[in-house]
Parts: sequence; C-alpha cells; structure tokens
Amino acid sequence: MKKSMLAVTALAAVGLLALAGCGQTGSSGAPAASSTPKAAHHFNIRCWNDEFQGRFRNYSTLWDHTNEDGTDTLKDGTIVNWIIVENKDNKYQNALDTAIQGQDAAAADDKIDMFLVEADYAMKYSQQDIAMDVKADVGLTDSDLAQQYDYTKKILTANGKLKGVSWQAAPGLYAYRTDIADAVLGTHEPDAVQAKISDWTKFNSVAAEMKAKNYYMLAGKDDSYRTYSNNVTHKWVSDEGVCTLDPNIKQWVKDTKSYADNKYLAGTGTDYALWGSAWANEMSKAGSTFGFFWSTWGINFSLQGYADPAKLKKADSSNLWGKYRVCQGPQSYYWGGTWMVGAKGSDDVAIIKQTMLDLTCNGTIMGKITRDTDDYTNNKAAMTAIGNDPTYGSDFLGGQNHVKLFTAAADNIHMDYLSAYDQGCNESFQNAMADYFTKKATYPEAIQNFKTKLKATYSDVTFDATFDAAL
Amino acid sequence: MKLFEKNNAGKTPVGSTNISSNGCVSLTLAPRKKERISGTTQLIIRRIFVYIVLVILTLMCLFPIWILLVNMTRTHSQISTQFSLWFGTHFAENWSNVFARTNIKLDKALLNSLLIAFCSSVLTCYFSALTAFSIQIYNFKGKNIIFTFILLIMMIPSQVGALGFLQMMNDMHATNKFWPLILPAIASPIVFFYMKQYMEAVLPFEIIEAARVDGASEFSIFHIIVLPLMVPALAVQFIFCFVGSWNNLFIPSLLLSKEDMQTVPIVISKFTDTSNPINFDLGQVYIAIGLAIIPLVIMYLIFSRFIIKGMTAGAVKG
Amino acid sequence: MKPLLRRHKNHISYNFWGLIFLIPFFVIFIWLQLVPLGRTFYYAFEKYFYSTGKGSFIGPTFCGWDNFAYIFTNGAIRKYYFFDQSIGSWWMPDIAYYLANTLIIWLMGFIPQIIVSLALAIWFTDARLKLKFTRFWKTVMYMPNLIMAAAFGMLFLMLFSSDGPVVQILMSMGILHEQFSFGDSEFWVRFIIALINFLMWFGNTTLLLMSGVMGIDESIFESAVVDGSSAHHTFWAITFPLLKPIFIYVFITSLIGGIQLFDVAWMVTRGGGGPNLTSLTVMSYLYMLINKAKNYGQAGALSIVMFFITAALSMSVFYVSISQKNPEKGVARERRKRFRTYKDCDPTRLEMARISHQQGGISL
Repeated sequence: MKKSMLAVTALAAVGLLALAGCGQTGSSGAPAASSTPKAAHHFNIRCWNDEFQGRFRNYSTLWDHTNEDGTDTLKDGTIVNWIIVENKDNKYQNALDTAIQGQDAAAADDKIDMFLVEADYAMKYSQQDIAMDVKADVGLTDSDLAQQYDYTKKILTANGKLKGVSWQAAPGLYAYRTDIADAVLGTHEPDAVQAKISDWTKFNSVAAEMKAKNYYMLAGKDDSYRTYSNNVTHKWVSDEGVCTLDPNIKQWVKDTKSYADNKYLAGTGTDYALWGSAWANEMSKAGSTFGFFWSTWGINFSLQGYADPAKLKKADSSNLWGKYRVCQGPQSYYWGGTWMVGAKGSDDVAIIKQTMLDLTCNGTIMGKITRDTDDYTNNKAAMTAIGNDPTYGSDFLGGQNHVKLFTAAADNIHMDYLSAYDQGCNESFQNAMADYFTKKATYPEAIQNFKTKLKATYSDVTFDATFDAAL
Repeated sequence: MKLFEKNNAGKTPVGSTNISSNGCVSLTLAPRKKERISGTTQLIIRRIFVYIVLVILTLMCLFPIWILLVNMTRTHSQISTQFSLWFGTHFAENWSNVFARTNIKLDKALLNSLLIAFCSSVLTCYFSALTAFSIQIYNFKGKNIIFTFILLIMMIPSQVGALGFLQMMNDMHATNKFWPLILPAIASPIVFFYMKQYMEAVLPFEIIEAARVDGASEFSIFHIIVLPLMVPALAVQFIFCFVGSWNNLFIPSLLLSKEDMQTVPIVISKFTDTSNPINFDLGQVYIAIGLAIIPLVIMYLIFSRFIIKGMTAGAVKG
Repeated sequence: MKPLLRRHKNHISYNFWGLIFLIPFFVIFIWLQLVPLGRTFYYAFEKYFYSTGKGSFIGPTFCGWDNFAYIFTNGAIRKYYFFDQSIGSWWMPDIAYYLANTLIIWLMGFIPQIIVSLALAIWFTDARLKLKFTRFWKTVMYMPNLIMAAAFGMLFLMLFSSDGPVVQILMSMGILHEQFSFGDSEFWVRFIIALINFLMWFGNTTLLLMSGVMGIDESIFESAVVDGSSAHHTFWAITFPLLKPIFIYVFITSLIGGIQLFDVAWMVTRGGGGPNLTSLTVMSYLYMLINKAKNYGQAGALSIVMFFITAALSMSVFYVSISQKNPEKGVARERRKRFRTYKDCDPTRLEMARISHQQGGISL
C-alpha cells in the first residue's frame, strides 16, 4: 500500500507540474531550433529589460515576426534570442561578464552577438576588447553617425575608437501632475510652472507650499539623486582605483536630509527608494506627490507604466493618463541612456550593422520612434524637426511637445566623469544613505556602511579622505 | 512511611507505603477528594490554554498561505491599494500573464526543478540506504571510525565548499548542467544517519543470516529483503530530500546562469524586479510564489500522516 | 569444523561486501565535497579577484595569510542594538559583526521555537490532556517547513511592506496611526526573519521532541503520578533530563542551520542587509564575495573561518553532552545534584531516581 502511495505521489507531482507547464498556450521550453525545419542561425542579444526588445520589434527593418517562445525571426530566417537579466544588484553585469569570459569557447550559436550597456557601466565595456569598433569592425561611416549627439559618441569612445551607439539621448526633466499644480500653484502650464521652480531656491519654496497643502514635492530619497550625480566634477573612482566623494553628491545628502526632516518627501525608507513598491505607487492616482525627476526614456518606459497601471493607454478616472506635464526643473542634467555594442566573435556582423543603422542613424525611423513612444532619439535633425512641428504632441503628456524643450539641452550634455564603477557606487551610496535619512545612523556611520558595501562589490577600490570630512 | 505531596503549602498526607520483606513496595493512597476536583479544574484550564495556543499557532502558519491564495486572484492595482481577506476574480488572467511572460520561463524552471529534485531524492535515498546497510550489518575494520567520520561530515555547512565546487565545475565546463546538482546527493550524511537508526530498529540480523544461508548474494539481499523493509523510511526521506532540493537557492544560483536551466527559486525572484513597471505585476508575483509553494503543500497534505509517522518513528532513537 | 571453516570464509567475504557498498558514498564525497573543500582552502591563500577597472581576473597569485588578515582586520566601529536602541558601540571586524547578526537572529527564532516545541511535545503526548484534532494541529504546524525559504522571504517582504496587508490591517485596527516601515527598523527586520525561521522549523522540532518523549518508558511517568508529582515537577525532574540527548541533537542541527541562514535574510532585505547592515548574515557576505565582488581569495578565507567556527561550536556542544554521561567527569556533579533534590527522601525515591537516570543514558 505504501509503495503504491509513493507511485501515486510521483505521478501526482508530475501531473500537477505538467498541468502547470501546459497552462499556457503553445509550446514552450523547446529550443527554437527544433521548431523550425532546418537548424536556424541564432543571434544572441543581451539586455536587462524589454525596452530595446520593443524598439527592435517595431522599428528594425530586419524583423519579420515574433515566435511563440519569445524569440524573433528575421527576414533571412535568423532567430533572435533575447537573454534578459535584470540590472539590480549588478546581476546583469555579472551575467554579461561570465558570458564574455566564455565567448571564445562558446559554440557559434551561443556566442554573444550584441549586448547593451548603460551609462553607468558604458566605460567599463568600451575599454574591453570584446566591444567591436563601430567604424572599423562593424562598418558604419562618419556620415552615418553624423546626426548623433556628440556626448553619446564620446562616452563609448575608448582609445580613439567608437565602441557603441545609442538610439536615444537622455536629457533630464521634471514631470509634474497637473491636478496638484492647479491646486497649489494655480496653474499647470509648463512655462508657468518652470518659472516657479527654475532654480533650487525656488524649488525648495514650492516644496514648502506643497507641504502646506498636504502634498509632497518628491516621492523618495533617491528622486533627486541624478540631478546631483550627473553634474559632478570628479569621477566616482579614479583610474588608480581611489574612490572619492564629489562635493555635489555630498550636497545631495544635505539637501535630501533637509527634505526628509521637513517632510517634503512622501517617504524616506526603502519602500520609497528608487524602484520601491510604495515609490512606484506614488506615481499612480493613489499617490500625492507633485512631481518626479525623470529623463526622457523614463516618460514612456517608467512613468507611463506607473501612472496607468491597468495599461488602458487613454485617460480614465482610474489613471493619470494626460495628467502629467514635463518641464526642465531646477537643474539641467541627464540620466542614463542605452548603448548597443557589437560583440567580437559574432558571426552576424551584417545584422549588427543593419540594426545599428536602422535604430541609431536612420532619421526617418528615429523620428517615428519619437512620435510613437515619446522617447528622445539620438538624431539632431529629426529632433529639431519634431521640436518645431506644431502638430506634434505627446498623448500621454496631454498634448505637450516635450521634444522642443530638449533640442537645445541635449546638445549641451557632457558625460565627462564616468567610471567603470558607477553602477555599484551609485547603488551602494543611495542604499547606505537611506539609514541616515531615516535617522537610523549618523552620517559617518552611513559612510562606513557605504564603504563596507562597496568593498563587497568591488575588491580593488580604496577610499580617500573626502569621506572622512563632516557633512 | 508517609508520602507527601510536595506542592501543597502544608503537608497533607497523601498515603503511605509499606516495604514488605521481599522488597516489594506497596502503596496505599489516602482519598484526596478536594485535590481531585481541583485537579480536574486545573486540567480544564490547562486544556483551554493549550487550545488557545494551538489556534494562535495555526493562524500564524496559515495566514501567509491564505493571503497568498487570496492575492493570487486579484489584480495589481487591487493588491497595492487595499487589503482583502476574500478572493478576487482575476486568477485566470494572472495565471495566463505569468506564462505569457516570454522573458521569464517559469514553466521550464518548474520542469527543471522537478527533474533535479526527483533525481537527487532517488539517489539520496538509495545510496544512503546502501551505506547505512553497510555500516549496520557488516563488521569490518575501521567501521566505527568511518561511522564517526560520517557523523562529523554532517556538521559541515554546505556553503563552505561552494566556492571550490563552483570553480571545479567551471574548469570542467559543467556550469549550466544539472548533474553537479544531482550527483552530490549520493553522499548525504543526515539521510544516512536516519536510515541507520531506522535499520537498527526494524532490521533483525537473523533475516540476513537466513537469506545468506539460503544462498542469496549480498546484492540481492539488499534489494529484495532490506529495501522493502525500509520503504516507510525511504518514502519519508524521499519527500524531505525532494523538498530540500526543490527549495535550494544558494548553489543553483551560483551554478546556473543560463535562463533555460534555472530552477524555480532563482526564477521567481525575477518577478519581483520593480524596475520595469510594464511588467511588474503583483498578481503575477503572487502566482509565481504560489507555484513555488503550492505543489509541495498539496503533496504534503496527501502524505501528511505518512510523514509525521515517519518523523516520529525513525528519528533519534529514544 | 567444516561449518567453522565456511563461516570464517564467509565472514571475511561478507565484510568485504560492506566495504564495497560504501564505495559510492565515499567516491562522491571525496570527489564532490572533499576536493572542493580542499580547493576552497587553496583559494584562501591566493590573491584572486575580478577587477572591474581592468575587466578581467587578477591572479591567482600566492599571498599567504593576507586574505585571513583582511577578514579579521577589516572592520569598523559599529553599534550594538537591543530592541532598536543602541547600547554602545565599539570596533569589531566585519565578520564578527555578521556573525553576531546571524547568531542574534538565530536566537530570536530558536528560543521561542524550543519553548513552544517543548510545550507542544509535552501536550501532544500527555494522555491526561486528551487533545482533540491532534492530527490536524500536527499537519498544519509541520507545513511551513516545506515552503521554500526564498518564497517565504518574498511573501513576508510583500506582506510587511509599507503599503502591504499587515500595515493596512494595523492601521484599520488603530494600532498604527501612520504608515510604518518595517523594513527600516533593525529590530523588525530581524524579527521578521526570526519569525519565518520559527514558523519553518517549530513543527519539525515538535515532532522530534515528541518522538523523544514517546521513547521514555511509560512506567516512569506512572511512578511519578503515584509519587504525587505535578505536571510541572514531572517535566523538570524527569522529562527534561531524559530529553537531553534529543535536545542536544536539535540544538546542534538548529545552530548549524542558523549559521547557514541566507535565503530568508537575503530575500527579506532585498539583498541590502537591512538598516545599518544589521541583518546581513555571514553566508550573505559569502554570497556577495563569490557573486558580486568575485573575490575568490577572500571568499575562500571566509569559508575556512566559517568551517572552523561551525566545527568548534558543534564539537563543544557535543563534548558537553558526552561529558555529562562520562562516568569520570559527571558523576560527582550528578550525585551532588541528586542529593539536593532528594535530600529528605526515602530509599524508594532514591532507587527510582537512580533507575530513571540510568535509563537517561541514551546514546545520541
């Protein structure tokens, strides 16, 4: 009796899980190669979310259709395989590093063909051999790249060679809610609101006004971080491996602490930190925060998703579609951006080249991307055209032509102070300072925690005396 | 001689004992009417207290599971705005969303976990029984040393050798394969110990002797006589090892980096990535967690009597 | 004679089979557990890490005791917390801090666990109590043991988040007046982790202790009742001493499990380690060294240190338990103890106590 019960267990377990596995439509799990008649060629792309996936599927001239298992088939039959590892906690970089180490030994279909990098670690990969030279190895010409904003090229230039290209420029902005603006400031027109928050002094006084009416100026402690961290004058970690604390970042700590103490923030804890659940909630109708610092990719990728959680894509009483506007804010800055890098060893250089041409050099396609997604694409001519187009307006932003705001600003972005250690430093610093803002630690203790976390992320970093100075 | 009840403030005579000539002790108890009634009341009070504690503990155990089940049926906006004790109506929607997520292959992860857990449990049970059989039945030189050695191994945390193990697998190009997770299960000191204790209790040596006299080989003795006797212990340990392997996070997360090969604990944490608002859906997160938990719970409920009996029977011999 | 010869020959060959059956266990153990352990030892003495600046691994080069020196000297002045209040701060190496975190969290879970499990074990085996639905209680209480620690951690993380169900319930009950962040309080984060550990293991411990109690001879309990011993006294004088071997087993396994605490702490703090790193356990630190910093030298040194600490802890508990049964060491203490308990006692009682203590010498 017991033996049969054991058999029943095994069968029940297998049955249950088979049921779960079959709970979705179509075949799954089987490698794409077995579902096509001949062994198809694979093109492997590594990224950390599906933003690029969307761009590729909708705008690449090579794309044919998406397969049921999540891969894509190109017009020539190549299968595009997406390897997506989330960015948090260095996970994406770790996985990428492991794959890079195994690139030489991997089979042709398993090699990385293209990978994406963020501004925070662009420098690290541009210096490595695995990144293909865009002009010499991939075959793009200067005239192809002419319309790209200079800073997007400068970031990924190592030893005089351009190693990657981007389809977007990422000027920073301040997105605010029109209903709260009307309630507190009396107007929601972008120009008027901008006049009221055009520098930090004015911004802080508006914060006090918001507090008086029970709203919050910002949602969490990390909200304003990038406006400070992208206007620094020192690299996080020097070329000799010494980590230094830029005065601007220290200023962020001071200013955020005063905001936390004055209760201008919706919350100071980890739930209100960047990407926290309560922080995300603040952007929806349930929140009471006036505005958020985002850069242009954040509008359609993040803000839209949080403001319209049910994904209705139109104004509704349950969401904030059309109720956000953007303005420059108290400080011009930039935030992030994504670059495509070809991987040496790839056997599909033609596909890499065509993808780069389509998405980063072709003004028509890039103009279309902006009109569809509100993203600010990396093409000066297209952006100027759209900026001057009186008929263009973003539906999500209630008809505002936000591209006009940035055509001038985008040209002035400088990313001169990047280091290979930026992602770890930014994440660890923001996390460590949380204890200071929630009054769980003093400033020196929070600095100590930062050092501990950073050493557990990068072993070869030392610290200089800027960390020992008082706040 | 009088026996006294120690608890009373004064000493009330309880009874008297007499030691007879041959050493027998006989006892005469004095009637304790008053104490007997208060004894019963005491018992009732104790019983009520015990029931209250049991109910509290049960609620503590079941509350998280209940919330999990409830939230599996609600949408993201419902969950993040309001707490509810009763089910919603969106289960099917959440379920299909979870499996439609092409970037997270939860179904593949379920199959991977099932394969690894099943194989390692089978191997563990079989080889632990074999090793226990060897230590229990045979008498060779150094048997006690080996036994003590295996007990000592029991005390090594598994994470200590993780680094060397990982590097070894790297060198052998065995990362992203399942056998590094299955084979080590053959050497499991804790299961071995349990099997040995159980064998001590249920396996009389005479059976072996009789089988030997009958001409059976040692192999067939093990497979035909011993294993059937061990079935309850094997079943219990199979379930424990299955659960342990299913739930293992540390070493699989270091070893398996390819998405196709990952196991359930690694994959469900991908659902909680809040940085992609289009995809972050609390309803889906709860379904993912539920899939990681519910199959085991169901299996457990079917076999709970079995498991509990096995736990109390074969554990450290008292 | 003939039977003798035959027995002699079979005796040897049978034992030979015993060795053969041991081979799979030891082959796998040596190849897949001992050799990796050896490699970890090897890495502990090498400088071997991934440099982000250079984008490649540095090493392995021999560096002697450097990694160990780093593990023991890398530290800072840190506060000690007691229920969210700081009770002083002094310098300690990071590893001591993480070890303290691990042990504090373990104790926070283990002490309630052992008390509740002992109580439950006694109640379930007490014939006088006549509890109903025992199978239901036992089934429910064992269930959390099966749940994946990581899933449990994620579940509680969402339950206790600032906009999660627990906060909502507490606010509607009026206990909380504004949103409280459980994740930002040292005590509450540790409490949640300890609570999860408690829920996961108390069923297991209860069943183990029950098996121990059921193994005690009924007649001892009967004579205790005859003696007029109350439930309370029976427990302390008879049951508890007899449960000691199982208790020690539970203690050692729980301690070793507690030191290995990783999944729950990692998930509940989202890999952050809690406020002021107060819930960063030793194994979380090891995970970070292997997976994030990819500093295999330091990870090796940390592994070795943890190996010896765990071995020392288990050995000492084991040793204490053995010494209590060791006639040379413990008997004088035992005699004195017994004398105190039964000072004004009659020979019958002494005799019964001696018998019960003898039977308490159960091998582990």
